[in-house]
Amino acid sequence: MSACWPTLHMTVNGEDRAVQAPPMKRLLDVLREDLRLTGTKEGCGEGECGSCSVRMNGELVNSCLVPVLQAEGACIQTVEGLAANGELHPLQQAFLQCGGAQCGICTPGMLMAAAQLLARNPHPSLAEIREGLAGNLCRCTGFTRIFESVIAAAAHNAEDSTNRSAEQEADAR
Amino acid sequence: MSTHATTRIVGAPVPRKEGVDKLLGRAHYVDDMERDGMAHGATVRSSIPRGLIRSIVFDPRIDWSEFTIVTAADIPGKNHIQLIVADQPCLADGKVNHCEEAIVLLAHASKQKLREAVAAVHIEYDPLPPVFTIEDSERQDVIVWGADNCFKSFLLEKGDVDSAWSGAAHIVEREYRTGAQEHLYIENNGVIAEYSAESGVMVWGSLQCPYYVHKALMAVFDLPEDKVRVIQTETGGAFGGKEDYPSILAAHAALLALKSGHPVKMVYDRMEDLAATTKRHPSRTRHRTALDRDGKLLAMDIEIATDGGAYSTLSSTVLSRATLHSPGPYVCPNVRVRSRSWATNTIPYGAFRGFGAPQTIFAVERHMDEIAATLGIDRIELRRRNFLHDGDTTATEQVMREPVILDQLMDRALAESDYHARRARFARENPGSPIKRGLGVAAFYHGSGFTGSGERTLNSLAGVDVTPERNVRVLVSSTEFGQGTNTVLTQIAAEAIGLDMNDVIMAPADTGIVPNSGPTVASRTAMVVGRLIERAGTQLVAMLREHAGLGEGFSREEFFAACEVYRAAHGSIISLCRYEPPPGIFWDDQKYRGEAYPAFAWSVQVAQVAVDTVTYSAEVEEFWSVQEAGRVLNPVLAAGQIEGGVAQGIGYALYEKVVWQNGRMANNQMTNYIMPTAEDVPPIHVYFEEIPFRHGGYGAKGIGELPHDGPAPAILNAIKDATGVSFHAIPLLPEDLFAGLAAQRPVEEAATV
Repeated sequence: MSACWPTLHMTVNGEDRAVQAPPMKRLLDVLREDLRLTGTKEGCGEGECGSCSVRMNGELVNSCLVPVLQAEGACIQTVEGLAANGELHPLQQAFLQCGGAQCGICTPGMLMAAAQLLARNPHPSLAEIREGLAGNLCRCTGFTRIFESVIAAAAHNAEDSTNRSAEQEADAR
Repeated sequence: MSTHATTRIVGAPVPRKEGVDKLLGRAHYVDDMERDGMAHGATVRSSIPRGLIRSIVFDPRIDWSEFTIVTAADIPGKNHIQLIVADQPCLADGKVNHCEEAIVLLAHASKQKLREAVAAVHIEYDPLPPVFTIEDSERQDVIVWGADNCFKSFLLEKGDVDSAWSGAAHIVEREYRTGAQEHLYIENNGVIAEYSAESGVMVWGSLQCPYYVHKALMAVFDLPEDKVRVIQTETGGAFGGKEDYPSILAAHAALLALKSGHPVKMVYDRMEDLAATTKRHPSRTRHRTALDRDGKLLAMDIEIATDGGAYSTLSSTVLSRATLHSPGPYVCPNVRVRSRSWATNTIPYGAFRGFGAPQTIFAVERHMDEIAATLGIDRIELRRRNFLHDGDTTATEQVMREPVILDQLMDRALAESDYHARRARFARENPGSPIKRGLGVAAFYHGSGFTGSGERTLNSLAGVDVTPERNVRVLVSSTEFGQGTNTVLTQIAAEAIGLDMNDVIMAPADTGIVPNSGPTVASRTAMVVGRLIERAGTQLVAMLREHAGLGEGFSREEFFAACEVYRAAHGSIISLCRYEPPPGIFWDDQKYRGEAYPAFAWSVQVAQVAVDTVTYSAEVEEFWSVQEAGRVLNPVLAAGQIEGGVAQGIGYALYEKVVWQNGRMANNQMTNYIMPTAEDVPPIHVYFEEIPFRHGGYGAKGIGELPHDGPAPAILNAIKDATGVSFHAIPLLPEDLFAGLAAQRPVEEAATV
């Protein structure tokens, strides 16, 4: 039966992927079932909790609300695409150190929302972090340690970019 | 005795043991798992609150031969899920007692086809009159459970309450109410079940208590214990909501697996989880209190009623904890608590962080402010005059043998919150502003571990073994669902043995592998199970010293070399310890008297609230939580428990309302059951005072439930401070604030004319 469905192409975590799926199938289900990327979680199925957050063409989306047809040709990043070269992403490292993850079920979505926030705004204020994560519900932490994690990751990025520009300066000389 | 000396690992902010897997998205929750040939299961539920099932009609437009269909008639063993009393059926048989009660189970490989099929099963009923409120149930015009609708009653008596009224300078009487609260774990309930004639029933699931599910399955399938195996998968939050319900869901999936011959996955979506699973018990608490001229308590007469829902489940033990926490952390010579849990035709209420205590602590801590206002005594001073101290006795006549430092906690809470200066500022600023700010305080204890003789009855067994791969494994059925079980038990084992975190792993919470260390509930894991692991670790080292020549001050290499020597001689290396009650603990279940808990954790919380008198919204702007919960085993995880509990308590007070329509939750979506978001939770300041408890794991007492007890009364006390209006019920939504403030306004205006 699946032969009847159109083949859709997308780039997921940097890899070209093709799936045959009903066009109205939720992107969430395509990621979890067709591509076996189960890091992205379903919490409510109605775009309230943010557990299924992924980045699509540089925007944060609730993958439970996106028909896969809309993802045709898109560039998608899920939690599985955050760590690179076997090393935790600075956000993952910060969540680990600061206690930003407890039960872990909101964590993949929360990380994607935080990654989106830092991509837009590398040095957010606490108010901006609160706003940036307001679409992602966490029932365990009371958010306090999630905010601390994002602040720590932003500080790490700042350090990194300072180091990088120092290196560049040194190279230029 | 636990060592209070310097420790290497206990007390350090060690990162979460399973943290990396969770952060990489590779931790396996039940819905992330597949089994070969797996089908999906779904549930046909009652649409009425109470009635007889006249017929079950399968719509002929569906080809039912494709489906596995299970009803009560397919149950091989007993048709009940027994927690305490065997009154709740696994599947309704002939009658239903609440909406969403499971009647028929269906399995099919396609989830889409299942949805259509569930809608095509038509149940016809002869409705019976339902009961929806505590008051209706108490009236007993309609009997819906047992002989009198009453699941359980307790009478706690100390001194002679009736003789105290005549000599009292003041008598203060009030009634307080709390609503249902949904756990709202972000991962819904879910299981996968398999059945084979040789090995019996096997279940993987999101759950807190593997051995509870194990016991339930043995009864439903009439199988011996070695033919039932339950394995906890990574669990995405629980808060008590996965203490009892998973037993029902596991039985349902296993019945479908038995009949279909395939593994069956049942994972609820959010609407089903909200509509069909347990919530916090609604309550009504009445206080009548006698005081002398100086505000010293002379008598407390307390009457508690909880709504237990349609079946008894855990209502009796929730009521017990509600009863034991109802007099608050105060000394009073005469106390009487009469408590009852009533049957109604709603989903059964169940365990939820705090387990009855948040309900009655809300009442007593609001009541202390009401007393203070009536007597014209400062509310902090009134509390101080009545606080429990070392050597005092509680309402159950338990002598406080461990240090009680309520004054110190209060001092710290006032200092850290800059209470007096802030309050003075609000007194200056409020009159000219539509935003009224205020501070509120709550002081309370939470008993650690099972109530009364409970820990003795549980008789928990836990320990460690050593694998050929050179790992020490922690053997417990205690589960991780975010609180940090894996991490703190690993810390304790590593500390006790003298190894590093990386040398210790957690055995899977699999009833085929681990002993029964009791359920993961009641703030008991760090204290009770932690102590067992500490003892087992020490015992392991002693075994290796005696039988394998392990010397003093050994290295890692020497330790594992000694393990191989021991293994060669004995086959395996395992060290198990069984629970031993602290000496001098006595509890009389008949008289409801004695040592109610082996230890208490203590807390004072302060809330700053801003009430907008234009929009009638109340916002918690800042929160301080000071607590003494024994030794802090991991400061990051411990603070995380407090912050998360406070946030849930804020939701309980101001946001979270279950709307009932004809006995069914009407707002069973995250869109309209509202919990606090990242923009609602205020800065939460957390401070620990540490007094190690000799009989807890490295000095720990219970911590998980404590922080949920105080926010609701602290917040409503702050609203009184800000607006001058007393509210006596939660949740307190803007429409309630509007009604309360509007009712007060004419009086205020009249007074100023």
